[in-house]
Amino acid sequence: MTAKPTPWHGPDEHGHFGPYGGRFVAETLMGPIRALEAAYLRHRDDPEFLAEFDRELAHYVGRPSPLYFAARLTEAAGGARIYLKREDLNHTGAHKINNTVGQALLAKRMGKTRLIAETGAGQHGVATATVAARLGLKCVVYMGEEDVHRQAPNVYRMKLLGAEVVPVRSGTRTLKDAMNEAMRDWVTNVDDTFYVIGTVAGPHPYPMMVRDFQCVIGREARRQVLEQAGRLPDHLVACVGGGSNAIGLFHPFLGDEDVALWGVEAAGEGLETGRHAAPLSAGRPGVLHGNRTYLMEDAHGLILGTHSISAGLDYPGVGPEHAWLKDSGRARYVAVTDREALDAFHRLTRTEGIIPALESAHAVAWALRLAAERPAEELIVVNLSGRGDKDINTVAALEGIEL
Amino acid sequence: MSRIAEAFARCRGAGRAALVPYVTAGDPDPGLTVELMHALVRAGADLIELGVPFSDPMADGPVIQAACERALAKGTTLDTVLAQVAAFRRDDPATPVILMGYANPLEVMGYGRFAEAAAGAGVDGVLTVDLPPEEAGDVVPVLRGAGLDPVFLLAPTSDEDRIRAVGRVASGFVYYVSLKGVTGAAHLDVEDVARRLAVIRRHIDLPIGVGFGIHDAAAAGRVAGVADAVVVGSALVRRIAEHAAEPARAVAAAAEFLQTLRGALDAAVAHAVQTGEGR
Repeated sequence: MTAKPTPWHGPDEHGHFGPYGGRFVAETLMGPIRALEAAYLRHRDDPEFLAEFDRELAHYVGRPSPLYFAARLTEAAGGARIYLKREDLNHTGAHKINNTVGQALLAKRMGKTRLIAETGAGQHGVATATVAARLGLKCVVYMGEEDVHRQAPNVYRMKLLGAEVVPVRSGTRTLKDAMNEAMRDWVTNVDDTFYVIGTVAGPHPYPMMVRDFQCVIGREARRQVLEQAGRLPDHLVACVGGGSNAIGLFHPFLGDEDVALWGVEAAGEGLETGRHAAPLSAGRPGVLHGNRTYLMEDAHGLILGTHSISAGLDYPGVGPEHAWLKDSGRARYVAVTDREALDAFHRLTRTEGIIPALESAHAVAWALRLAAERPAEELIVVNLSGRGDKDINTVAALEGIEL
Repeated sequence: MSRIAEAFARCRGAGRAALVPYVTAGDPDPGLTVELMHALVRAGADLIELGVPFSDPMADGPVIQAACERALAKGTTLDTVLAQVAAFRRDDPATPVILMGYANPLEVMGYGRFAEAAAGAGVDGVLTVDLPPEEAGDVVPVLRGAGLDPVFLLAPTSDEDRIRAVGRVASGFVYYVSLKGVTGAAHLDVEDVARRLAVIRRHIDLPIGVGFGIHDAAAAGRVAGVADAVVVGSALVRRIAEHAAEPARAVAAAAEFLQTLRGALDAAVAHAVQTGEGR
């Protein structure tokens, strides 16, 4: 049983998903981006490239990741059955590595010897540094100075892996500024450098390419749920920062119109406070980082600082395909506060013995709410996109505990 | 004839390249921008590129990023910038002003409303850094309709296809970014620039300004030998930054620096006259 063809197999040749996406970059970047697109289009259907990607995912990342029926969490919610797609069990502890493996293999085929990346929480930086070590490539990771302080263990992990971590001191000193800085590096050093973007945002072809690499999540989940439950799920739930784990889960189900898709943004201290990171829920369309999409911006079009308990969701934009799925109504986007995410973090940890990343805890929180409202016959698949070891310092500090 | 075309015609008549300073509007203080623009004209500017500060200036180096941050910290918005141009225009009906910035503030204002307001304020051209020809299809006619010239960038990585694409939408002049990287970067190879400009001129019949990497009078003089206009940004903004704490001094420092560049451009003409070489 495969998904039937749908109108969803965007983007068009210019990278547009309806009015979103595209290539809003300075002329200096158009050359590098077109060369990348040409290389990706050449390799995306190359059986040898795909076989190597699959081998790496199987033997290095540890795929397929399990689909796990969370019996005690289901019982606690008291309604629909909850399954977890265990991306937290991947090498390096999150879904990010699916994409970095793909892009690094492409970099190698393009003859590039140096990988650069932006990172917020540090998960994408670690995943990039990891594949760079695996393939013997140089690696430089740009990270907002704020995040360097907030995520010290991941900074050290990257350094252990041989990467150089560059603190970014411009703007709000967070993820968006790290992305600006990585673009500046790329345009200056394009001859030997490949820019590994960590999410389904940025100029075309990144939203398409990163999605393609992350779709392994949804393809596996679709097969696994049919095997285990004998039918498709009623709901898919995933957290959305840039949106790569969500699009990876959703995309292979887009043609299954009875499967409801829920993207969960970070409501931070509450959408009404303005201190959040929920562009789809509370922003409007604009242009940033090479694509048109929903943004958090002020009345003059300046990009706003964001807030979330989870550094991985702390981004003022979102992938353009999500913007399109929102407008079309195919996917629904909701938001969960820091407080609700923290409650879900503890709930999952105590009922299942699984410590989720704070990002993924947002998806768990929505799934708990949804499950409570829906009958026991319904079935929810939650993308548990990462594990929470990296967050224990944050959680402890919030609860006044010194480690 | 547009103010931009007139300015280039005047410079051609004088046998020299046009001098185009870039400053970020609102840096170091929104109250000084109009005065700074007049001072630049007195110091020899033929056209002015006025930066609209943006929170995420992806294509700019550290010097102009910092200028954007100073301007934004003082509350400069796109509306402020348009008001500054209108004020400048009251006393200077001749010097063209080109706004240079990023797409998002224009998207939020709406391209139609922006074009009308900009033309009304006396803006002559608009360079939207992150709006390449592919994405500018709807915007170009809106700008043209209001009498504004859409100005586009070309880079060392632009192949002939892209040069032709820019040629189909650009007017006023085109801006050749003379090296890879962001604004304010180093090393400039004038012979390489000359070769690239020859290729561009095969496809585009507009004046070509050259910028990125012009740090001093010597570099300006050499570029003036091959380009129709010399654009100086980061090196000028650095002079302003050095005096950000005493803004009145910043205006004078910027003007003094620009004067040295204009001196180099005029000297290049004198040299050409003496040796009998045309440009």
